[in-house]
Order: sequence, then structure tokens, then C-alpha cells
Amino acid sequence: MHRRVLAGDRLIAAFLVGCVLFNYPLLSLFDRPTEVFEIPLVFAYVFFAWAVVIALMAWAIEGRFR
Amino acid sequence: MLEAPVLIAVSLIYLGLLFAVAWWGDRSADRGRSLIANPTIYALSMAVYCTTWTFYGSVGRAAVSGIGFLPVYLGPTLVMALGWTVLLKMIRIVKANRITSIADFISSRYGKSHLLGGLVTVIAVVGIIPYIALQLKAVSSTVGLLLSYPDIVMPHRSPTMSVAADISFYIALILAAFTIVFGTRHLDATERHEGMVAAIALESGVKLVAFLVVGVFVTYGLYNGFGDIFEHLATHPELQRLANAIPSGQGYTGWFSLIVLSAMAVLFLPRQFQVAVVENVNETHLKRAAWLFPLYLFLINIFVLPIALGGLLHFAGQGVDADTFVLTLPMSQRQEGLTLLVFIGGLSAGTGMVIVETIALSTMVCNDLVMPVLLRRRRLALEESKDLSGLLLGIRRGAIVVILLLGYLYFRLAGEAYALVAIGLISFSAVAQFAPAMIGGMYWRGGTRGGALAGLTAGFMVWAYTLLLPSFAKSGWLPDGFLTLGLFGIELLRPQQLFGLSGIDEISHCLFWSFLANIGAYVGVSLLRPPMVAEATQATVFVDALKETGPVGAVLWRGRAKVSDLQELVGRFLGPARAEVAFAGFARRHGADHHDKLEADAQLVQFAESLLAGAIGSASARVMVASVAKEEPLSIEEVMHILDEASQLRTYSRELERKSRELTAATLELREANERLQELDRVKDDIMSSVTHELRTPLTSIRAFSELLRDDPKMHLPDRERFLGLIVSETERLTRLINQTLDLAKIESGRADWNACELDLKEVVEQSIAATSQLFREKGAHVELDLPDNLPLILADRDRLIQVMLNLLSNAAKFLTPGSGRIRVGLRMLAEALEVSVTDNGPGIRPQDQELIFEKFRQVGDTMTAKPSGTGLGLPISRRIVEHLGGRLWVESVPGEGATFLFTLPFAPLRERAAEQEALG
Repeated sequence: MHRRVLAGDRLIAAFLVGCVLFNYPLLSLFDRPTEVFEIPLVFAYVFFAWAVVIALMAWAIEGRFR
Repeated sequence: MLEAPVLIAVSLIYLGLLFAVAWWGDRSADRGRSLIANPTIYALSMAVYCTTWTFYGSVGRAAVSGIGFLPVYLGPTLVMALGWTVLLKMIRIVKANRITSIADFISSRYGKSHLLGGLVTVIAVVGIIPYIALQLKAVSSTVGLLLSYPDIVMPHRSPTMSVAADISFYIALILAAFTIVFGTRHLDATERHEGMVAAIALESGVKLVAFLVVGVFVTYGLYNGFGDIFEHLATHPELQRLANAIPSGQGYTGWFSLIVLSAMAVLFLPRQFQVAVVENVNETHLKRAAWLFPLYLFLINIFVLPIALGGLLHFAGQGVDADTFVLTLPMSQRQEGLTLLVFIGGLSAGTGMVIVETIALSTMVCNDLVMPVLLRRRRLALEESKDLSGLLLGIRRGAIVVILLLGYLYFRLAGEAYALVAIGLISFSAVAQFAPAMIGGMYWRGGTRGGALAGLTAGFMVWAYTLLLPSFAKSGWLPDGFLTLGLFGIELLRPQQLFGLSGIDEISHCLFWSFLANIGAYVGVSLLRPPMVAEATQATVFVDALKETGPVGAVLWRGRAKVSDLQELVGRFLGPARAEVAFAGFARRHGADHHDKLEADAQLVQFAESLLAGAIGSASARVMVASVAKEEPLSIEEVMHILDEASQLRTYSRELERKSRELTAATLELREANERLQELDRVKDDIMSSVTHELRTPLTSIRAFSELLRDDPKMHLPDRERFLGLIVSETERLTRLINQTLDLAKIESGRADWNACELDLKEVVEQSIAATSQLFREKGAHVELDLPDNLPLILADRDRLIQVMLNLLSNAAKFLTPGSGRIRVGLRMLAEALEVSVTDNGPGIRPQDQELIFEKFRQVGDTMTAKPSGTGLGLPISRRIVEHLGGRLWVESVPGEGATFLFTLPFAPLRERAAEQEALG
């Protein structure tokens, strides 16, 4: 596929992944009083999902196209 | 160390440093070596999104609503993922039309309407001025806090304080001066400020570093890491709710609304539009900035919760405002250096926002509010004044001062009131009203000026009613009954439960109603009538901005104008010198040596208009150009016709391009096919001549022996049998020769059948040796084998491979000394291939013959003494086969010591290899 088109599609995919991860109902699954690595679950989840989306975007833009 | 003179000195030195950077940036730009032409700087300049509302306010909000502060940064992250398309399109439009502000963008899209530009400006100013007030408040209250150091006393403003004694008044004045120097040094047709962007990027770096340092200090200095802080929470049940839940007042609806709202704010806040679109140097920077900017937001938010919780624990019950934790935590630990760093970080956040926002607003106010009014008074428009550029600069500078003073005034009036605290989101909601007209204008041709006006007005009014006025009421400026009982006591009109809608937070409430009104009116009114000429033209320019052929705007003009008139007009606003340079450049680009020789055609008129648009806005530019050019109005039918033609032309030319590409490809294929045919023809001739020659030898023998037998009927039986035997063996040789010739021809022409499958090479080699074992036994030769197990499989044609092996083995057998012959067959693994070797101890091959033996019908050795026993085709065929399978076949030999024939076969990844084989047919 054309390099530019592929990168664009990957970014749109990252956008959709972000929309799903950042919102109800997935968000509500992590909104409970437990902790991971001593950090409240919902904090850890939101920051983790955020990092994932940024990493996806970086991959889409900087990644190699093979 | 933190006394007033020190603070003032540090602040001024820091602002001076910024100014030096800005000056340097401008100078580099003038010399054509842009300082900011790099995606990291671009991303940092976008971080002007993070104001004091982030720097101090995030912690404050986190202290109230836990993770509820975060969606404001998730929205921009999502938008940047789409920035590839949306922002790119905005940048293209802005550059093609020399648009300088968001008001100009909307006005230009809907037929260059003054009214629309003015409305957008009013909405932006009303929405943003309180936000500027917030920055002033943040900077002045941090100064107030620091002045009481080492005590921590929340600064209280007395409403009666005189303006002259109020430090924030001076802050506003300094910022105004600073902005004027940054933003309006000279008038530029593109309204770009490279120096300012460089300074803003530096400020973004400073505020990030300051926040990270204070975050590390609180998390790892005051406490023992994240785990420790969150663990403390267990002992404070009243804080537990912060740590564990999406805030109840907000809910998932509010969370979602904030994401949507911030996503629109990051596109449509005037300062964001300024840095991301207008100041963009190179659209490819958008790529890397698209993930660097979200990364910046991520980093600046990592420590918000630890600082908020740390502050709540540390200052429990001391009445310290959570908004100040970032500053008061280091203060309480007597960390003077860190405190100063935080103060500078906050100053960066505040000044960065104020400078960019004010420049953006002043451009709007000048181009879309003041200029239209001045131009309407024809006296000024036609005045003899040769140079109006000074007037333009004056208007902008005046606008900057007025905007900052309005900000200060709002701050004085609002003080600590609710209206100021909540202003961040209220501002976001105001600029979000631009979204339908902007996005609709970029992707929908049907939007009209009327629709945009109706949508913006409706959205703005609903916003004011459901969010702005209630914030006034909560500040006590409006009677409380307005909120609880509704307008005129009508319950259905309660501003934050409009028509009884309840159960959602105020932001979601406002967003829903204002967007319903805004989008509804925009689409509804747009659909009432078809677009007019100007609207249809601009719709095409905007919607087709990403198409490869340029905008068609220039075509859509018909009339008469004089070049000198146009140049004089441009000169009045940009200064005669700049106009001269611009027109000369245009003439050069269009192949005229001087602009006197130019024709005032549609292109030149368009060029003049776009130059003016940069300085005074597109709507005013339209009016001004119309005043010197005699235009013949085009009817909507004509415009649509031209547009249709243009788009048809585009389609045709695309079609033509495609056809011509196909034709080129076809020609190329034809040429290749032809060359191949010629090659085949040559090969055929070659083979035919060799073959006829080679056929003659056995035929001659057969004929000679047959004649002997015929002529001598009394020949002895043993002789007769010998001759018959010779005839049979020569016939066999003839058959073999013909078969191999056909085979070679087939391989060379590419018509041979190949049945590729996965093979164990060892098994193939063993099978071949078994088939030739009789031959070696006859010669009394000893066969040695060195065939390791467990080698990788290869992909090849089994029968062909056996053919190669048989060739090599029978060749070796041929040259063995009878009785003492020794032959060795080896198999070993190389890096990417398997290698088979067949070694004999025969006479060997002379170096000069080592390549010749692979040529067709070449048999080396002394043909006079030793009669050749092969066909001369075995080795050429073997080499072709091995090469076809992706390997190599060669010989190594020292004369007198035998010869070794070697060939390799690659074990490339199986699937790729199979596909390749398939493609080769």
C-alpha cells in the first residue's frame, strides 16, 4: 500500500483505539478500588492507555513501512 | 532571597531573555534561515495550550475531582491523531489564501463576509478575555504568595485597592508592551511571527522542566515515590474517593464531554490556530509534532496527582488553596531555588498564553472589526493617504493594549469569584462554537453564509445563557433566582436545566444544547437556498484544498483593472516598497521582465487580493480590490459552469495521465517482449547451427558402418556385431543429443515445467548416487560420502535436481582412471544456502578451460586423441537449472589432481520462495 495512505490509516486506527480506551464502558471496568503496583487502578489504567495511544501514533508516523 | 526586588529582577531578566530569543528568531527568519523550522519546536509551540490553568490549575482540579482533570489532555491527543488530515487541510487553505486568523478563515469560507468575521471576533473576544484575566490572576497571586515568604499566606485582594498600587496592573502593562514588540514589529502579508514562536517554544520547555522538577521533588523528596503517596491515602478515608473513582459530579458523560470539548479547543482556540496553522513553517512538521505534542501533555501531567495528594496531606486543615500547591509545597520546605523555578515556570505558562492569544485576537479585531468599519466610511477608503500600513500597525497595537486592559478589568471585577475559577472550560465551550462552521466549511460544499451566521449566533447565545450567565449568577452579579427559578421565573428556562434536562454536569448540558442549536441552525439555514456565487467559489477553494491541482479561485473573475492601480492599492496597506518587491516577484514568476508589462488578468487580481488579505483580512481585501477593478459580475450559473468545467478538466486530465502512464508501461512491456523474442531467435539459430554440426558426427559414423555392412555381405560375425553395436550406441548418442537440445531450448526460453516442492537435499543426493552406483562399480571406483543429517529443507524441482546430480556424477565417472578412481560427494551448510560438491581424482581441468566447459557443445581436452563421449550439453543444462533455482554452479580444479564441481541452493524463507516460484511460473 502507498506509504502515506498506510500511515494515515494507522493514525485513524490510533484515534479509534484512543476513543474506545478513554471512554465508557471500557473505562468503567477499571474504575474500582484496587491497586496495581501500589497505584490506584483507574490512574494506572488511564495513563497506561494514554501512553499506548501515543506510542501507536509514534509508530504510525515514524515506523518503517515494509 | 525571595524579596520583591529579586522577583522583579528575575522576571525582567527572564522576559529579556525571551525577547532576545525572539529577536534572534526574527533575524534568522529575515536572513532566510528559519530558527523554528523543525518539528520539535513546532510541537513545543503547540504546548502554549498548557497555560497557568494547567501549571497551577490541574493540581487544584485534581485535589477536588481526582482524575477528572485529565480528559482535557486526552482530547488533544485524539485530535492530533487526526491532525494528519484535518490540520493539514487547514494549513493548506490558510497558506493558499493568506488567511491570518480563525475569524478570517470563517469569513473567507462563506463568501468573504464582513459580518461573519466580525461575529467570530466578538465570540472569540468575549470567550477569551476572562481566560486572559485568569492568567493575570495566576501571575499576580503567585507574586503575592512569594512576597509573604517564608510564611504561606493566601493573598487576599481588597476590592478597594487602587489601580496604581495593584501589581497585576503593571503585569498587564508589561505584557502589553512585550506583545506589541513581539507581534507587531512590522506588517507582514502572511502574519507570521517566527521570533515569537521561538520564544513560546522556549517557554514551553521551561514550564515543562519546572513542573517535572517540582513533581520529582514532591514525589521522591517529600515522599518515597508514587506508591508511598497513594498509600498515605488509605489512612485518610475522606481522600479515598479521589484516588479511586471517576468523580461523581462529572460522571462518564462529563468525562466524555470534556474530551470532545478539549479536542475542539485545541483546534479552534485562537492561540492554537495561530501556532499550529498560521505559524506553521512546513507542513511536514505536522507529522512528528502529532505525537510529540501529546507526549508533552503526557509528561506535564504525570506528577499532577502526586502533587495534589501530597499537598492535601501536607497542608491538611491549613486553608491552603490547592491551586497553589505547586508553589507552596517547595515554599514550605524552604526550597528557595525550586520555588523560583516554579514561579518562572508559571510565568512562562501565563505569558506564553497571553502573548499568543493577544496577538491572535488583535489581528482579528483589526482585520475583522475595525478595518471594515473604517472602509465603510468611503472617505478614508479613497483618501489620498499613500501609506496606510502605519495606521494598520497602530490599530493592532491599540487592540493589544485594549484587550489586555479588558482582561485586567475583568480580573479586578471578578476577583476571587466563581466566574474566574471556572473560566477555562467556559472559554473552551465558547470557541467550540466555531466547530460546525469550520469543519462544515472544510468538508461540505453546501454550507452558506446565512447558515454559518445562524449557527454561530444560536450556539453563542445558548452558550451565554447556559454557561456564561450562570457563572455570573454564581459570582453574585445576577440574582440567584435566575439559576434556581429560571428566566422570568419560568421553570423550563432554568439555564442549567434547560427544558428540564437534568442529571448531567453543566459542561455536558451546555455542549448538548449549544451544539444542537448551532449545528441545527447551520445545516437548516444552509439548506434553505443554494449557495451564491461567492460562497460556491470559496466552497470549492476550501473543500478541494487537498486536491493536487491548485485552487481554481483565479479563474473565477472577469473584469478590467490597471496594474498600477492594483500596485498602488497594495502599497497603501503594505507600504510602497513591499508592494514593489511583491509585484516584481510576481512578474518574474510569470516570465515578464517588468511588472509594467503585466496584464491585469484574473491571476494578478487574485495575487493582489491575497497580498491584501494577509494585511487586512480577506473580506476587506475583496472590497478594496473591487474598488479599483471594474468587475463584471458572474452569475451563479456561470460560476457553476466554470467550476464544473474545472472539475471536469481535472477529471479529464487525471484520466489522460492515467492513460498515458498505461501506455508507457505497455510500450515498455512490448519492447521487453521484443528484445526477448530477438534473443530467443538468436539462441535458436545458435543451437540449430551447433546441433546440425554435432548431429553430423554420429550420422556420419552410422552411415559409414552401415555402408560397410551393406558392401561386405561376407563379413565375419564378430566384426558385424561390433559394427552393429557401434551403430546402436551412436544412435543412442544421437537421441540423447536431440533430447538434451530440446531440453536446453525449453529451459532457455522459460517454457520448462518446474514443480517446486520442499526437498531434503541429502535424500536427492543419495538417490542420485544409487542410480549411478553401477557406473562406478564398472570403473572399479571407490565412492566416499560426507552427508550430514538434519539440514534445512530447500525448495526445488526434484527431477531437475536429480538431472544435475546425474550429470555431475556421470561426468566424474567419465574421467576416472579405471581401477584406482576415487570419488567424494559432500554436502554442507553455508550461511544462506546448502553446498553440494562432487570431487574426482581424474586428470583435472586447465584453468583456461574452467569456464569454457559450461558453454554449449564445448568439450575440452585433446579431441584428436580422445574421442568425446558426451554431448557437450550436460554441464550447460545443469548450470541453467541451478541458476534457475537461485544457486550457482562452478568448478575448482588443479590439473593433474582432479576436479571438484560445486553447486549451491538457497534455503530462503519458504513462503516468499513459493510466491516467487509462482510468479516465475
